[in-house]
Order: sequence, then C-alpha cells, then structure tokens
Amino acid sequence: MRAKSLNPTVFWRLAEDIPKPLNTTLVVTSIALPLLLWFLITAIGNIDPKFLPSPAKVLEAFGRLWSSGDLLKDTVASLWRVGVGFLLACLFSIPVGLLMGSFASIRALLEPLFGLIRYMPAPAFIPLLILYLGIGEEPKISLIFIGVFFFNSLMVMDTVKFVPKDLIEATYMLGGNRLQTLLQVIFPHVLPGILDACRINLAAAWQLVIVSELIAATEGLGRRISVAGRFLRTDEIFVGLIVIGVIGLGFDLLFQYLLRVSCKWASNKR
Amino acid sequence: MYLTINGLHKNFETKNGTLIVLKDINMIIEEGEFICAVGASGSGKSTLLRQIAGLDSPTMGEVRIDGKLVTGPGPDRGMVFQHYTLYPWMNVQQNTEFGLKLQGVPKAERREKASYYLSVVGLAKFAQSLPKELSGGMKQRVAIARSLASEPQVLLMDEPFGALDVHTKESMHEFMLDLWQRTKITVFMITHDVEEAVFLSNRIYALGSRPGTVRKEMTIKLPERSHHVKRLSVFHDYRDELMALLRQHGQEALVAA
Repeated sequence: MRAKSLNPTVFWRLAEDIPKPLNTTLVVTSIALPLLLWFLITAIGNIDPKFLPSPAKVLEAFGRLWSSGDLLKDTVASLWRVGVGFLLACLFSIPVGLLMGSFASIRALLEPLFGLIRYMPAPAFIPLLILYLGIGEEPKISLIFIGVFFFNSLMVMDTVKFVPKDLIEATYMLGGNRLQTLLQVIFPHVLPGILDACRINLAAAWQLVIVSELIAATEGLGRRISVAGRFLRTDEIFVGLIVIGVIGLGFDLLFQYLLRVSCKWASNKR
Repeated sequence: MYLTINGLHKNFETKNGTLIVLKDINMIIEEGEFICAVGASGSGKSTLLRQIAGLDSPTMGEVRIDGKLVTGPGPDRGMVFQHYTLYPWMNVQQNTEFGLKLQGVPKAERREKASYYLSVVGLAKFAQSLPKELSGGMKQRVAIARSLASEPQVLLMDEPFGALDVHTKESMHEFMLDLWQRTKITVFMITHDVEEAVFLSNRIYALGSRPGTVRKEMTIKLPERSHHVKRLSVFHDYRDELMALLRQHGQEALVAA
C-alpha cells in the first residue's frame, strides 16, 4: 500500500519555488495570452475599432503619436510631475516616519492626524487644491504629495517596529548615543523596508498624476487619454494606457533592483 | 572589590500592584573572576544583569564598577545577549569595529583591534562574511569579539549559549574557558543551566525566585577545567546541590503563588 503523502505536485506546492523553466513559461504566458486573445478577438470577431481597436491599429497610433512628438511631450510632462511630487513626498515622509517609529512621543503626536488624513482619498482634495493653487503644476504636484506623504510616513513608521530591541540596547552597550543609534543602526536596518514602502507608494503617485491630468492639463498622459476619449480615438486611449502601465512596471522593477543591490543582506528575508 | 552590587532592589509597577523582582541583592566580584548567577525563571536574573549593564536602573541600591557608580549603559561593560545582536548589514569585521567607531576611535586603530580580537575568537578568516552566513556559535563569538574590542572591565553575558544546540554549546564552553584564561577578563554570566555554571565559573550565586534573592554563594573548586571533569563526583556534588536548591525554591515559589 502506498504511504499517504503529499502528491508530488509542482504547480500547487504551498510556499515553494517552482522550477525556472516553468516560471519563465508562466511569466511569458501572463503577458502573451491576453495579447493573443486581443489579437484573435479583433481579427475574427467583427468589432467596431471605435470600441476595440486591433493591436496593429494601436501600434499604428503609437507610431503616429511618437513621430509627432506628442507622446514624448506627454510622457515627459507626467514623469516630471510624478518625479517632483513623489521625491518631495519621500524627502519629508522618510524622516517623519523614522521619527514616528523611533519616538513614541512623536508617534502619539502625529499618528492620529495622519491616520485620519490617510482615509481621505487624495482626489477628493482636487477642488480645494484648485481653489488654493489654481490650475498650474502646483495643484498636481500637491495632489501627489498628499497622496504619498501620509501613507509613506505610516509605512516607514511601521518598518521601525521590526528593529529588535536587543540590537538597539547592544548599540548603547557599545557606547552609542541615541543619535548614532538612530542614524547608524535603526536607519540601515529599516532601509529595505523604506525602499519597499516607496516602491508601493510610487504606484499611487503614478495613478494620481493621471487623475490630476484628467481634470485640467494641457499635456500629460492622462490628458492624452481624456482628449482621445472626447474624439473617440480609442486606439490612442489604448496607447496611453499601455505606456502608463509599462512605465509604472519599469519603476517597480527599478526599485526591486535597487533593493537587491543596496541591501544584499536582506535579500533572503523577502 | 571590582564589581559590587549593594542592597539592590528592583520593583515593577503592574496593574495588580507592585511586583518585587529583586530583593536585597548583594554581590562582590573580584577582578578576573568568572561568576555565574544561576536561577530558574522568575529569579529576576535577566533583570539583575540589566541593572549591571545600566539598561535599567534599580529601585534601591547601586552597582559599582571599580568604585564608579553605574548610571547608564556604556562600553566599560561588554554585553553579550542571548539573541544574536550582530548588525546584519555589516560584515564580521565591521561588526567587531562598530563599538570603537561609535566611540570615535580612529580607523587604523579600530581595524587593528578588531582584527586582533577576531583572531582571539578564532574567526579572522571570516572577517568579510555577513552574519547570515555564520552558524549560531560563530555569531556569538563575533558578539564576544565585538564586546572585547572595547576592552571592557567586565564581560556581561545573558544566557549567551541558551539558543545553541548541545554540541555547539559544549564547544563554546571550552572556548569561553580558554578565552577567560588567556585574556584574564572578568566575566559575569547569568544562566539557568546548572551544569554550564559549575563547569565555567569559579564562583556561583544561586538565585531564589519570586522575589529574586541570593540564596547561596558557592565557590567552585574543580581539579581541572576540561570535559573529563564532568564525570568526577565533585562535579556531580556541586551540580546536585545547586539543582536541589533551585528545585526547592521553585516549589516554594509555587506554594507562595
């Protein structure tokens, strides 16, 4: 009689790695299958291109927008807004989060407020921002700042919880003062967590820039989509969506790479 | 008198009132001694070590090292924790140097000292390794080297081998004795492992539980310090006496509770 054991499955193993070839196959399938379906539906089905353009048509639109320079201009405009808003938010939220995590006093002072504002959806601030800052770049960058700053502060704060108390006390025993402990022990210990928090919140920043451009902008990828929608250029909507997705994914991969390179010691932990 | 603990009391305020953790602890430790404080859980032995380390301050009484009152943590007392406290992003060399770096010792000097103490603990070859690449016993040896690099007056050890497997523990015991004989460092270690205490120390404080008090002070005289000694009757006598002491007080504590 065969001993009752776990079946030698590969696909459904809990919390185990899968063989590399299978991994590659599945990753390729993940992108290729939807593309193929899209292609087949538009090629075989008799579908109005105003409703769903074929991949070829979208590629054509991409070429058109690229050669006119509009696409590049829009991308640069969106990237610039995200870049400034996100960097400013990180510049402030990392130290604030670190202080909140390290000092119970600062946490008691700021956590209730941040916790409250976090639950106010950032786009709900748009009317106020327009009222206060007009319709230039400022409200868009502020929107990204609001959407990232509070979340990122609280997430950075949480990473400090995972610094073992023994490690901090060991530092005191070696002669470290509080400032040294904060900068030379707590900060490096939470750096991988900070990078991860920033990576997750960059996705939020990228969403908010598009939202802000849907409201009022003369250029930008969000603006491109909204104009294309008004003129029923569905192919251009698709171009905008795909470009947004690809750039976002690129950022994500970049952060993952930074994490791997700068924090080799933490690589087995995740 | 090198390390003295005078009339030390420690209370914790809890929801159910005041909890007396340590009651009237008095200890005198001479330079170069290897002291173990042995106690069951609830004997307040970790709390006692924290008072000596200066990570916590006593409710009453004082700790003095070489006459100087302990008021806070500092590198004059090296501390080895039970859990691994190496900095995971630093390699072994950087870990060992770190205390000296915090104290502002110039780079060349701290490199030299760290290398020396790494060779003392037999890990010079692993200077460039990351902590996660080391075994548990090796990690504790780095932690010891890191403490020694500051040339402390006393080495405090908080059940440093508690997390190690039996074989590693035995080899760490021999390592500790060898290190103690070579460096002549004063060691104050707490443990619940009676055999460990008898094997390592020249003097033992047996702590009673709830509240933690010194129940007995024992001078250990063994003909030699090697593995064979564990088979001698004199070793067994010490061990049995301590065991009986801890057991008896454990039961008393249960009755009292």
